[in-house]
Amino acid sequence: MTGFLFALRMAARELRAAPRRMALLVGTVAVGVAALVAINSFTDNLQESVQQQARGILGADLALSSRQPFSRRTEAVVDSLSRRAELARITSFAAMAYVPRTAGTRLVQVAAVEGGYPFYGQIGTEPREAWRRLQTGRHVIVDPSLLSALDARIGDTLALGEARFGIIGTITATASEAGFRFALGPRIYIPARHLQDTGLLGFGARVQYEVFARLPPGTSAQQLAARYRQQLAPERIRVRTVADDQRNLNQVLSRLAGYLGLVALMALLLGGIGVASAAVVLVRQRSDSIAVLRCLGATSRRTFAVYLIEAGVMGLAGSVLGALGGLALQRLLPGLLAPLLPVTVTPSLSWRAMALGVGIGLWVTLVFSLLPLLGVRRISPLQALRRPYQPEQPWRDLWWGVALLALGTTTLLLTVHQVGSWKQGTIFAAGIAGTLLVLWGAAGFLTRMLRRRAPGQWSYLWRQGLANLHRPANQTATLILAIGFAAFLLATLYLVQHNLLRQLSETGGPARPNLVMFDIQADQLSAVRDQLGRAGLPIVGPTPIVPMRIQSINGRSISSLLTRDSLRGEERSSGWALRREYRSTYRDSIAPTERVTAGRWRSPEPSPVRISLEQELAQELGVGVGDEIVWDVQGVSLASRIGSLRQVDWARFEPNFFVVFPSGALERAPQSLVLLTRIANPADRGRFQRRIAERFPNVSTLDLSLLQESLERLVGRVALAVRFMAFFSLGVGILVLIAALATSRFQRIREGALLRTLGATRSQLYQIILAEYASLGVLASAVAGVLALGASWALARFVFESTFTVPLIPLAGLGLAIVALTVAVGLANSRDVVRRAPLEVLREE
Amino acid sequence: MSDVMLQCHSLTRAYRSGQREITVLKDITFSLPTGEFLAILGPSGSGKTTLLGLLAGLDRPTSGTVHLDGQELGGLSEDERARLRADKIGFVFQSFQLIPTLTAQENVQVPLELRGESGGASRARELLGRVGLSGREHHYPAQLSGGEQQRVALARGFSIRPKLLFADEPTGNLDAVTGSTIIELMVDLNRALGTTLVLVTHDLDLAARAHRTIRLADGRVVSDTAG
Repeated sequence: MTGFLFALRMAARELRAAPRRMALLVGTVAVGVAALVAINSFTDNLQESVQQQARGILGADLALSSRQPFSRRTEAVVDSLSRRAELARITSFAAMAYVPRTAGTRLVQVAAVEGGYPFYGQIGTEPREAWRRLQTGRHVIVDPSLLSALDARIGDTLALGEARFGIIGTITATASEAGFRFALGPRIYIPARHLQDTGLLGFGARVQYEVFARLPPGTSAQQLAARYRQQLAPERIRVRTVADDQRNLNQVLSRLAGYLGLVALMALLLGGIGVASAAVVLVRQRSDSIAVLRCLGATSRRTFAVYLIEAGVMGLAGSVLGALGGLALQRLLPGLLAPLLPVTVTPSLSWRAMALGVGIGLWVTLVFSLLPLLGVRRISPLQALRRPYQPEQPWRDLWWGVALLALGTTTLLLTVHQVGSWKQGTIFAAGIAGTLLVLWGAAGFLTRMLRRRAPGQWSYLWRQGLANLHRPANQTATLILAIGFAAFLLATLYLVQHNLLRQLSETGGPARPNLVMFDIQADQLSAVRDQLGRAGLPIVGPTPIVPMRIQSINGRSISSLLTRDSLRGEERSSGWALRREYRSTYRDSIAPTERVTAGRWRSPEPSPVRISLEQELAQELGVGVGDEIVWDVQGVSLASRIGSLRQVDWARFEPNFFVVFPSGALERAPQSLVLLTRIANPADRGRFQRRIAERFPNVSTLDLSLLQESLERLVGRVALAVRFMAFFSLGVGILVLIAALATSRFQRIREGALLRTLGATRSQLYQIILAEYASLGVLASAVAGVLALGASWALARFVFESTFTVPLIPLAGLGLAIVALTVAVGLANSRDVVRRAPLEVLREE
Repeated sequence: MSDVMLQCHSLTRAYRSGQREITVLKDITFSLPTGEFLAILGPSGSGKTTLLGLLAGLDRPTSGTVHLDGQELGGLSEDERARLRADKIGFVFQSFQLIPTLTAQENVQVPLELRGESGGASRARELLGRVGLSGREHHYPAQLSGGEQQRVALARGFSIRPKLLFADEPTGNLDAVTGSTIIELMVDLNRALGTTLVLVTHDLDLAARAHRTIRLADGRVVSDTAG
């Protein structure tokens, strides 16, 4: 107890001695903890919101859905359900809408509603009573973006296929407003009883049929869903409950938040490195005092405890401060992420996130400072009398190994915890460790090179500035690491975003089609072609599309395959692949977006038909080259054998297919056609779309540049959120820099005083400081730039499977900004070095 | 309490410097009765400080033994020797060696706190008063002159009423007048508290104040004279 009290008292005195440096180190911990608490607290809020609003998202207790009109057997089940539950139906599909009064047209997502949907939550409208009025006439409620796109207003008539609807309101809020769902077009709601009037449910239309049920109290939706899954498996009905939706949403959202949290964790780890570096210098600076304490009878353990307690107090203060800051910061996140979220998130205090943040912050500080602080035990009391005769030997003992192991394990476990997966966590931890090691190694190598080969003809001021990077107890490697890591994060994010957006914008390149017309019926083809021809527009296609479903795989019927899955109780990921409607094509040539990865594209054997499957779909279905699939093509069975597997570049906005048949197999099957064209001028494109919508209401036209814009907005939004978190690392980097300057303050002031005594002017001192920090910034940015190029190339190549280009000018701009920031912080924190009178400083010696 | 406070036998200390082995102390043997004032005299590099380090248990000899108050230091671990120092030994250094982050009073308190003694603050104030630093208790070392700092160091050295005080060139960084005041204080305290005193110096006048003088040259004892 005596020992602990002594250590505590001494630690308090040490902390009191250098308040500015302590405040800075507390700050480096606090920034990382704040980012972590903000994101984790937000994730907790998000999960609470999902739990509270999950019913509102589904709008019911249970939903059955299918891509086909419900079979008689399914309708019988629905009928029996209607006796105990309240039902509503929604039929959804995409179609062209326009307002006769104005120009323009838009592809919209139509939802035809029947019954009291939603049973839970509500669809907010403007005016408020619009939703209630929807069923009372030929009405439509639209997304506000459709009004602005069509230059329309409430009260206008909206043309949808053959029918006309009066616009009675706009949608202000629904629980299911997910980011990606409406990328293809704004949604509109119409009453289901006027659906047939539109004439849009003809052949080839992609329609989703859904039944929603509100169950009586006491009925278990999960049990009912499990029964229906088994019972309706052969009908390819998808059964969802609130719990399913909640689980899926939580999975997706937790992953998004987990990755953002990982970026926050990097800021915290960087803070840990800053603390560790300060501890190295502190031990060196305090070695005489430590030796005196040992002389006076303090044991090595007690002396070590003084500094460990000091680190602990700093870590705790930083963590508590960070947790409070995180709560404030958390309020910004919903605004930043709202467009990506399906639920409204109200920020509230999450004790779990705060406690976790404080715990992690304290632990990281202790673990990172442990390694340098272990050196305290090695300081000999003899040092109080004189410098040691023998040079210090590098020491490694059991505790050193334990500290190193704790450091590695902590980084790994924190990363795994944040990402929620051992495999990915290990990859990320290895990536972080690798990046830090490369930065550290490169920093050491480059500074050594500079030291040995600093050009002799350079001016003294530059040579002195560079020499300062090697001053005893320098923190050059740490600074390059801290600044470099932040620069690396920002540069990698920029490069990835640039390449993703470039890939999207390639679609809008000068020669590429930018308008897709689909659902063209065979008897409409020549008329549509005429329209294009008369306007002098290029025609790509037609590409035939034949809807079909899987009937059996290798002799096993789809119902037995689906029943096998449903017996496992939950939805299986391959369920969609078995149940879905395939929109296949037939052709003999391979498209530029495809590459055969297994088997042969053409086969000499004519029977059964040799088809080509997209490789990931084949994996999902568990089939390979040589396996047999029988298709149900509009009620006709068609046997096929898998002849080849293909890799498809889905990112290119071109008609791509999961399944491609050879010519000759499907020509007589019912089919619709797709045509592509290019109209450069947006106004001309709008007019052309409107003409097609008026003449061929069933033909949908998709403006790829609008789609591209929506995707760019989404990519931009995700990138903004990630960059927001990455800026915390930059903040920590700057704090580590300022803390390092504060740590070496007296040494630098003494050097400055000495130089001024020898005749250096203030401007010469400023030039030396400029040289020192400019080289630090350049080294950090250069190493970070090279690492970022490697990392983003690997991401582009292996994760996003895109080509890679380097935007040299913006990248160089980022590098320059980092250098300028480093120099500015260096100069601003060196005023004392230049301003203090030399005599005053030398007297203090 | 043992009659002999300090006893060393065949004490040798050698260091390795690159490929060479340098013997700094060779075969030193002497004993020091309790309450005596010993001066170890010798020019720079004669091994005085190395001897002091070995006698105080700050370093281990290459060969030979040291007994302090009847206890053999060679058999003690690093931490056991630290505890022994906390109990029995005081130090005064040439460059004062005050802890810069502590006030004068706190510097004096540290040895008492290490022993877990209560009332450290009042004892520290009393000692500071005795060395003439009343009113300067809350000053940091950087705010004190060299002489004042050495007085604080002296107060710290005597704070635990040590059986044995080691002083390494205590006047080496001070002018003659201040140095002489410090020595007076040290001798007074030695007398008042009955402390055994070991003073390392190269100053003949200072050594003349001691009861006994051991002269070192080139790591060996060249003379051992009383008075």
